[in-house]
Amino acid sequence: MANRITLEVTRYNPAHDEKPRPDTYEVPLRKEWVVLDALNYIKDHLDGSLSFRWSCRMGVCGSCGMMVNGVPKLTCATFLSDYAPGPVRVEPMSHFPVLRDLVVDTSDFLVKLAKSKPWIIRKVEKPLDEEYFQTPEQMDAYKQFSMCINCMLCYAACPVYGLDSLFSGPAAIALAQRYNLDSRDQGASDRLDILSHHEGIWGCTFVGECTQVCPKNVDPAAAIQQYKLTATMEWLKALVLPRGAE
Amino acid sequence: MNNPTEYLPRSYHTRVSTYWWLARWASVKFILREASSVFVAWIVVVTLLQIRALTRGPADYAELQNSLRSPLLLTLNAVSLAFVIFHAVTWFNLAPKAMVIRLRGKRLSSLAIAAPNYVAWVVISAAIAWILLRG
Amino acid sequence: MLFSAGGVVSAMLMPIHVLLFGLAFPLGWVDAPSYEHLLALVRHPLTRVYLFILCSLALFHWAHRFRFTLYDGLQIKHLNELINTFCYGGATLGTAVAAYLLWRIP
Repeated sequence: MANRITLEVTRYNPAHDEKPRPDTYEVPLRKEWVVLDALNYIKDHLDGSLSFRWSCRMGVCGSCGMMVNGVPKLTCATFLSDYAPGPVRVEPMSHFPVLRDLVVDTSDFLVKLAKSKPWIIRKVEKPLDEEYFQTPEQMDAYKQFSMCINCMLCYAACPVYGLDSLFSGPAAIALAQRYNLDSRDQGASDRLDILSHHEGIWGCTFVGECTQVCPKNVDPAAAIQQYKLTATMEWLKALVLPRGAE
Repeated sequence: MNNPTEYLPRSYHTRVSTYWWLARWASVKFILREASSVFVAWIVVVTLLQIRALTRGPADYAELQNSLRSPLLLTLNAVSLAFVIFHAVTWFNLAPKAMVIRLRGKRLSSLAIAAPNYVAWVVISAAIAWILLRG
Repeated sequence: MLFSAGGVVSAMLMPIHVLLFGLAFPLGWVDAPSYEHLLALVRHPLTRVYLFILCSLALFHWAHRFRFTLYDGLQIKHLNELINTFCYGGATLGTAVAAYLLWRIP
């Protein structure tokens, strides 16, 4: 294995660049290095002005999402040696506005996430000294969808979100479903009102790319299809029993 | 962040090209899967033409049969068959994602849900073939 | 909902229809059913209902899917009134034609 590899990293300084352009850097190729290590090497030794987000460097915080050779990846979980001999193209996450270099504006996602009401909603509160019990089966029902680290790789991969930024997106819907399926939650109808519209769950055409890129195996595509099924059942129930049977 | 501020003049919005789907094989497959619906619609047209010909009499029907033998229509229908099978396979393989069925606490695997669909497909197809061919 | 129903119906029924009517009969792989046999089959009310459901649901499946393909594939969402009319209008028209033809079988 060669001991150097070339990275083509997108640079963009809004103060004096018309649009983003790539800069080339040569970094050491160490077998245990990930792309994040290469970026930090660039920042430490080659070009201190390079800006990018990262934090835990172990795949749990969701900060370091970027496009590596056109595929959305967590740079702390992507081995450099997998791309030898290179060059490796590192670009900011697709479908988000670029603020600077590899840093994108994620505020749209945060707004959508908040709309999904990702918290336990109770219609009837229990007294403070009473616990909410949950069996392993009940936890199993939503556990997969709770693994989401909000890294937004699914948004970078979703063609529908890329074409229509009004679409709620995979993670927001998957997290809504995570709470809908939680036995402690009573807010399913609230979330349904918010999400069952053209730019909510019905905007999804089940491309499936979100599931392919998710680093935590959340399977947002499945969450969305299940949610569509639930929404359809609710609609049918409302049709057949207009006064509503809870 | 659409309002530029003093320290962050503007963010860059990349426009998605009309040919976005050609960049990766996964997206090409997706578009092909969606395009299969066009061939489904075409088969409906063929079926309606056949019904109309049947109504009009044996001569009309024989004429339609002849046109179905033309190289153009044979090719078109062969392509339609490929797409319609592609639709069926992708549909049955994806259906389990939407349906969470639990048996005695454990979730049924994708195969357990897809397999009955395939079996039904074969049985129904065989039944239709039998009805058509036994006359 | 029509989309899913149409999807299931097209997946289950279309392949055998195309295989037989599009390839096997014209190419002579099997003996094509006679005119009389087909006419007798198609006269039966159950067959008419079956064909109506097949054609109608398949068309609405196409309409829904094609509409989204035009939005996503070609990015012409701004033409959405035109697209909707073409797709859902087309499917409705096709359904009406199917109903008419199936009704008019002697």
